[in-house]
Amino acid sequence: MALTGVEIFKLLPKTNCKKCGQPTCLAFAMKLAQRQVSLDQCPDVSEEAKQKLGEASAPPIRPVSLGAGAKAVKMGEEMVLFRHEKKFVNPCAFAVEIKDTLSAADAARKIEEAAASEIDRVGQKLRVDALFLSNDSGDAAKFLELAKLAAARAPEMPVIVSTTSPDAAEASLGQFAGKKAVLYGANAGNLQAMAEKAKAAKATLGIAAKDIDELCELTEKAKALGIEDMVLDSGARSAGEILRDNTYIRRAALKKNFKPLGYPVITFANRPGDTLLEALVAGLAVEKYASIVVLGTAEKWKNLALFSLRQNIYTDPQVPMQVQQKIYKIGEPGPKAPFMITTNFSLTYFIVSGEVENSKVPCRLAVMDSEGLSVLTAWAAGKFTASKIAQFITESGVEGELEQKELIIPGYVAILSGAIEDKLAGWKITVGPREANGIPAFLKARAV
Amino acid sequence: MPFTPPKDSFSGKIFEVGIGRGEKAVTIGGENVMPFHGFEGSAPGKPAVAFEVQDIPPDDWPDTVKEVFKDVSGDPVTWASYCQDSLGADAIALRLAGTHPDRGDISAEQAAETVKKVLDAVKVPLIILGSNHAEKDTAVLVRAAEAAKGTNSVIGKAQEANYKTIAAAAMANGLKLIAMSELDINLSKQLNILITQMGFDKEKLITDPMCSALSYGLEYTYSVMERIKQAALAQNDAVLQPPMLADVGMYVWKVKETQAAEADLPEWGELAGRGIAWEAVTASSFLISGAELLIMRHPAAVSAVKKFIAEFSMEVR
Repeated sequence: MALTGVEIFKLLPKTNCKKCGQPTCLAFAMKLAQRQVSLDQCPDVSEEAKQKLGEASAPPIRPVSLGAGAKAVKMGEEMVLFRHEKKFVNPCAFAVEIKDTLSAADAARKIEEAAASEIDRVGQKLRVDALFLSNDSGDAAKFLELAKLAAARAPEMPVIVSTTSPDAAEASLGQFAGKKAVLYGANAGNLQAMAEKAKAAKATLGIAAKDIDELCELTEKAKALGIEDMVLDSGARSAGEILRDNTYIRRAALKKNFKPLGYPVITFANRPGDTLLEALVAGLAVEKYASIVVLGTAEKWKNLALFSLRQNIYTDPQVPMQVQQKIYKIGEPGPKAPFMITTNFSLTYFIVSGEVENSKVPCRLAVMDSEGLSVLTAWAAGKFTASKIAQFITESGVEGELEQKELIIPGYVAILSGAIEDKLAGWKITVGPREANGIPAFLKARAV
Repeated sequence: MPFTPPKDSFSGKIFEVGIGRGEKAVTIGGENVMPFHGFEGSAPGKPAVAFEVQDIPPDDWPDTVKEVFKDVSGDPVTWASYCQDSLGADAIALRLAGTHPDRGDISAEQAAETVKKVLDAVKVPLIILGSNHAEKDTAVLVRAAEAAKGTNSVIGKAQEANYKTIAAAAMANGLKLIAMSELDINLSKQLNILITQMGFDKEKLITDPMCSALSYGLEYTYSVMERIKQAALAQNDAVLQPPMLADVGMYVWKVKETQAAEADLPEWGELAGRGIAWEAVTASSFLISGAELLIMRHPAAVSAVKKFIAEFSMEVR
């Protein structure tokens, strides 16, 4: 179990020297317990305390990097079981499986499809994060060919090398030197040899166990062999097994501080021949505690759904998602097109812009920074006031694009119309519908 | 170190709610664990998926899902029978969309006629839904409830603005009732309390914490559901123990991702697959967060969700 502030305090020098930047040792201990500071900020801590505290202050799920460089993915460090308690920390990686039984052309096509999967969504760049190279053929030479292909075609993409043969592992890991690859496939039969190959290549070791009991044994043995970075596969494959095992692993790590399971989890969602079911199982893995989700295919439509789900689940529940303040053009609005305003809570923006699109009436939509609050809340909190709206509209320079200076405001803030008219000289303020679903009817009626 | 599975057990339990009658009746709820956590407790029921059918042709549905029903959607009885007989629906959700003042303003009497005809034609349980116009629903659902008297159907949705009349009608006609509030555990709780204070049996309620679509607020519904489920189980809060509904189809099939052509947004990929995935991923996510009853539209999405549900009682290794 993690130590409490008072338990930590007992191990500190108790000199209140302030060198750590905190007023007292007790204050430092409290911050340490909440993981807001790190122990090396105390210059006088004893070796004994360092060891005890180091173990206790290590995150319950070890941070491990998948890949190196700009496209590396951070894994682990999760602190909760439910996203409403606190933000899920490190969004899981999606890895697409490439088998070495594919022809070189097919493998190249799949690799390039994954490498080109990046899309921009609400200001975030989202993509298939990694390649899962699988030694299905059992042939080391074929596997090396695939590794070479991946290293050449997608040099920046993190890689998981999947084989149970230590020799095949060594050869292909050679293609990813310095890239923090994962060597997946360590089992009861090959653990020692695989651990050596992973160590030599500075790779993370992926444990492939039959069940959780064996998983615990294997991670302890690997640790004794000097392996620090691991990812865990309990052997779960059906949705029921994935939910059960991933739940047990996360709970054991967080609630019991059970070290043998304190590593990121890799979950296999592949459903050959049923890509839609694969999407649903991958969704379960996103929601329930996987750090790497292995997919069989990466169709664009499936990627979009999974990227969106990951974004939703890993959103900070305490910080509303926001969109950028600016004047958005929907369709191709001419100088006579309606001009509307709303706030920058992402949900508000999505729903309002979606309804404007549904109306098929081209529009300008001013989205004002309200710190991510919805219209009514922003108004109540003084973030969506007549003077702020007037300032935003004036500074935007939108006036020059419009034939008529008319602004449509949300029905919920009808009360502001007079005040905005006072502050925006020459503008006509029109009150729009209260709910976004009234927008199509409202816009269509105006267009007639 | 030997591994002892860290199991959770709870004092609370979700009410078991039976809907419909005869051989095709369905029971949802009854579990004393988080969703699909049968490995540490009892989860006797399986979630049910209802196909959505409307009293008027679905002009506002995007082509991907409208096309599937084009030969049957001209008539609610034909449409419902098709969902039952050809698609194997667990239940039918009949949305009286045409009663909305902006969608034809069909009278309560006429809507009740439709309910009667559909009830006569199908054996699976019926979920009767208004048009989500609080005022009109009051009139429509009262007549609809009378038409469904004694069938153990579900009716809704009762909301803060109209729950009194609708709950009274459900009670008088022996129906189960959907209580919907807007994405807040406290609002859900409050509405359930108000309804039970009228003498309505809390074990006949279904909570709708308000649905949303993937990328359009999914995380809010997801977390409100998880919180309701935890309060029901861990705190044994009886008011929050009714099973939950996710009315998925109507939220999913209006977002851009289910409508925008691939030609306009090539990076989004093929439209039909995208729309179906949008509905199926949204629905399966809400199963994980705690919904026991889903209302969906596309047969391919429903069939994927059914396979997903089946995987929870499957050992493959």
